[in-house]
Amino acid sequence: MATVLTDTGTHSVPTQGGLLLSPQDTERVTGWTLKPEGMCQDELCVPLTQAMKHGDRIDAAAFWRHLGNPVASDRAGETWVLGTGPDQRNQALAGLQAPDFALPDLNGRIHRLSDYRGQKVFLTTWASW
Amino acid sequence: MWEDLQTCVFDAPFVVIAVAEEGRGAEQARPWIEKAKPSYPCLIDENHVVSALYGMVNVPQCVWIDERGVIVRPPETAGSTDHFRKMDLTTRTLAPELLAERNAARTAYLNAVRTWIRTGKHALPGDEARARLPVITPEMAMADALFRLALHLRRQGQESEAAQHFADASRLHPESWCIFRDAQALEPSGLAGGQAFWERVNALGDKPYYPPPVL
Repeated sequence: MATVLTDTGTHSVPTQGGLLLSPQDTERVTGWTLKPEGMCQDELCVPLTQAMKHGDRIDAAAFWRHLGNPVASDRAGETWVLGTGPDQRNQALAGLQAPDFALPDLNGRIHRLSDYRGQKVFLTTWASW
Repeated sequence: MWEDLQTCVFDAPFVVIAVAEEGRGAEQARPWIEKAKPSYPCLIDENHVVSALYGMVNVPQCVWIDERGVIVRPPETAGSTDHFRKMDLTTRTLAPELLAERNAARTAYLNAVRTWIRTGKHALPGDEARARLPVITPEMAMADALFRLALHLRRQGQESEAAQHFADASRLHPESWCIFRDAQALEPSGLAGGQAFWERVNALGDKPYYPPPVL
């Protein structure tokens, strides 16, 4: 089993060396679905190269890199991070629509930035360190 | 200091949202929050999600967001100044005139926020706001992925391997004090303000640690 950390959460997936996943687990982790034309999300399909196919499994790390996203893993290959690439992040900011997020307070109550739509928001960071 | 903003009575609806960039988790932030008793939402961000989303590189940094959810001021220093670099490190105090300068800068920034809430002044036109946005590079994106990996490994007790990924992340994104400082071992005070921090600050030379906001 491997732990995969993405922007949408933490996933435990069975894998075989590297990040070779079943199509179902690839979809769960990446949000992209295997179809005859390739990996698809909404109207967009990206053909899989031979290097990304391993029998009935998909090299999810290679596919993720192919999309222009960063991939990091620990030495044991047990923990993976599928990050978001610079193009997507820059595009999200360039529209000036404040990227939404959901975070807990000390009591575990989840707050979404979008919950506060209709108010001016002074969003500030701090840290104890 | 944000409580002063939140408790002001404005005609326009307004909220402070304070996000603690705490890789060691909520318990690290709890004493500070419980002492401050903020009336505004104080959220815990153990993976530095907000810094990554908005391209923030230090704390405190802030973003001004209008009623439509539009960024009208991209990330900028939120009222802090570089006066701490002139602090007497033995007494950890500032000379009175420096303290006065620092407080004046903070007050000026808070007043600007109040003016924005009341009148909309200081909100940037779209083109200018866009021009001030940080640009995320492939190296920064990779640094964020490595940092997230390192935070996870540290929580799992794999300190040694985490340290390597923290170092790689900081090397790829040297401007990020968030990555550098949350990766450091904490002093008994709870601060990551040891020798490595000061060496890095001093290496800035004439560059600011807290770039002053352009109002």
